[in-house]
Amino acid sequence: MRSMPETFAVSRLSSPVSGCCRAWARGAAPHLAAVRAGTAPIIDHERFAPYPVHPLGAVDFDRQIPKKSDQRQMEPWQRIGVYAAVWRSIRPASRTGRTSRTGFRSSSPRWWRAGSSGRWRGADGLKSAANPGAFLNERLMGDLRPTLFLAQLSNLLAGNISIVHGVTGPSRTFMGEEQAGVDAVRIAQARIAAGQADMILVGGSYNAERQDMLLLFELGDALREAPFRPVFDRADDPGLITGSMGAFSGARIGGSCRGARCDGYRQHRSCRGRPRAPRRCWRDHAGTLDTVAGYRCGRHGRVRRHRGRTGDRRRSAGAVRRVPADRAWRSCRSRVEAAFPMAVGLAAALVQAGDADAALATGVGHWRGEGAVRLSRA
Amino acid sequence: MALTRDHAGRPVVAVTGMGVVTSLGQGKAENWRRLTAGESGIHRITRFPTDGLRTTIAGTVDGLFDRPFAAPELSERLAELAADEAVAQSGIGRPGDFPGQLFMAVPPVEMEWPQKQVLAEATNADVTYGTLLKAASAHTHAEWHRLFLFANVADRIADRFGTRGSPISLSTACSSGATAIQMGVEAIRRGESAAALCIGTDGSVHAEALIRFSLLSALSTRNEVPEAAARPFAKTRDGFVMGEGAGALVLEDYDHAVARGATILGILAGCGEKGDGFHRTRSSPDGKPATLAMQGALDDAGLAPEAIAYVNAHGTSTPENDKMEAMSCTAVFGERIAQLPVSSNKSMVGHTLTAAGAVEAVFSLLTMLNGRIPPTINYHDPDPLIPLDVVPNVARDADVPAVLSNSFGFGGQNTCLVLKRELA
Repeated sequence: MRSMPETFAVSRLSSPVSGCCRAWARGAAPHLAAVRAGTAPIIDHERFAPYPVHPLGAVDFDRQIPKKSDQRQMEPWQRIGVYAAVWRSIRPASRTGRTSRTGFRSSSPRWWRAGSSGRWRGADGLKSAANPGAFLNERLMGDLRPTLFLAQLSNLLAGNISIVHGVTGPSRTFMGEEQAGVDAVRIAQARIAAGQADMILVGGSYNAERQDMLLLFELGDALREAPFRPVFDRADDPGLITGSMGAFSGARIGGSCRGARCDGYRQHRSCRGRPRAPRRCWRDHAGTLDTVAGYRCGRHGRVRRHRGRTGDRRRSAGAVRRVPADRAWRSCRSRVEAAFPMAVGLAAALVQAGDADAALATGVGHWRGEGAVRLSRA
Repeated sequence: MALTRDHAGRPVVAVTGMGVVTSLGQGKAENWRRLTAGESGIHRITRFPTDGLRTTIAGTVDGLFDRPFAAPELSERLAELAADEAVAQSGIGRPGDFPGQLFMAVPPVEMEWPQKQVLAEATNADVTYGTLLKAASAHTHAEWHRLFLFANVADRIADRFGTRGSPISLSTACSSGATAIQMGVEAIRRGESAAALCIGTDGSVHAEALIRFSLLSALSTRNEVPEAAARPFAKTRDGFVMGEGAGALVLEDYDHAVARGATILGILAGCGEKGDGFHRTRSSPDGKPATLAMQGALDDAGLAPEAIAYVNAHGTSTPENDKMEAMSCTAVFGERIAQLPVSSNKSMVGHTLTAAGAVEAVFSLLTMLNGRIPPTINYHDPDPLIPLDVVPNVARDADVPAVLSNSFGFGGQNTCLVLKRELA
């Protein structure tokens, strides 16, 4: 029963999804309820038309970020992440007392000038300026809020978590879209398994409700403009519907915590949107899933799948369908860097709550990167 | 055959290749020559108009493109040059087949103004996100999607060098370069692979990046004599000077390197890191996190402070960092600090930001190999509150068996490395 290949971990995900905000709800419990009930996703088709997005909705950030001055120094993506990064399983005293063996890592979304920031409205007049360079300098020097830069820096999500929650173990921030979320979870698990850390808070955040992010995806023709449909039913207009989200989980070694155990991890980098690549990585990913999901599946008979996200139905559909599972809950939205941590956290929560003995969390990137993590009852 | 293990029973991490590019030049030889001659790479910015800017100087690396380019393209090119040199020196694997993972510290990327202007021109309107999205929907610039993805630079470098597994793009602000090295060390210690290619790169001196730092009052405004602006630890220091560059290390399991007859250039003996929850840009006034990071690195290396012969400082030339760093060094080294050489490469190459930790690791290794400590230049007015031996203005011959290299970043990221010349 315990004969696991040596690469698998003995770490556990404790207090999974200790913080989590999404279109439906804040916190783990409402998310579990929504998953069980099969609640339909919330979509906003108007604000960023013609692109649908999954909005975050109203979040009372005061609850987790009490100081207004802290909130003001952050852009929404940071607020989302800091809100989610509440680690209830750790007593406040032990959070700050940790030495270098506590760490956390976040997969951080894009560093981008926020079009919604206070004073910048656009460079009207740039076209007609006699000296465009000087004109731009003047506008930027005058219009940018000085601390805006800090609100944009990728590693400042971690920095703000340190400041607001007093988690002063070191942090690492990975950038790299969906793959960053996969890597953050993988490396957190590897470090704990190897004894390089005792506790790691791992997660990510993403704010979809911004035009500059939509612009990046639209350049690559990656967005869906037709109304919402589940990921596997988007033949009419394949593409992403992005969504705002934050999710963090705590991982630690051993102990007597109630949680889910991370059994195994597979990752593949291949798929990069080239014509031949989808079929190859589909095959590779199927292999991945069969290997991980097949283990223990017969014994327990219940494996629930959580899709991270995918915008490319061709790549993932066939692979996922070949995994036997009682129920598959597909998160049909693109949360980019936050996607995989969310899938992992949710899978762990479901296992912890007893909904499943084992769960598979999977993720497929819009451009590259696939990952799968198997979790079982601790 | 007995396995070589460190004091904690872990695989020993050797350095078998290194490469560097900065405003001083391309490659170790040119950089080392100019660094030890006390020359500066800082100059007036010619890449973009500097009208109306408070800071008009930087340590840019120019001449690599004969056409307009975006920052990620320059960051990639710098990384490629440094990694080429490192991989070639190590002789590991085969061209296009590197037997290990890639850990890259990259600067955040974003679409820049020239691209926005092209898009806006397509709709004959001004630059707003509405018009940009409309223009983008014509899908005539698909390459920009790829270019401005965070993962792009590392992905292309991974392709170029044939590294294994998922390439990591990371950021811990100004300590990113050191973090990339630390992640390579940890992966080798975990036995995940026998080697790692660790790169820190930064080619992001464009107007908006300069302005962002300028608005935080972080940059020196001594534009009149660019080479004299970066003056770490001096009384009249007034901020850092942005620099560009890349540093690359090939890290390798010691036994693996010896078995294939590689030349061992040094040992990556220890890494220490500590977060600071005090403020987004300022360090805790008591310097405790930096102190703990330094002590952590020494502990990880199994060395007492007395073993360190030279500190390669973070030394940005900001009023705050230099004072805090001096205080932390004093806390770690005690009275000995007055005789311990502590110099800052940033006095000559500027603050290479995401690349700094990696560039300075290369310089630290060269220091040990050549038995010569690069100076802190522009040191003519000592700060009475900073009683350090900064190796002022002129390089110094010395026997250096071990170096402590510091990197402290925005957002409270503190990462320190301990490098040794030899195994024992």
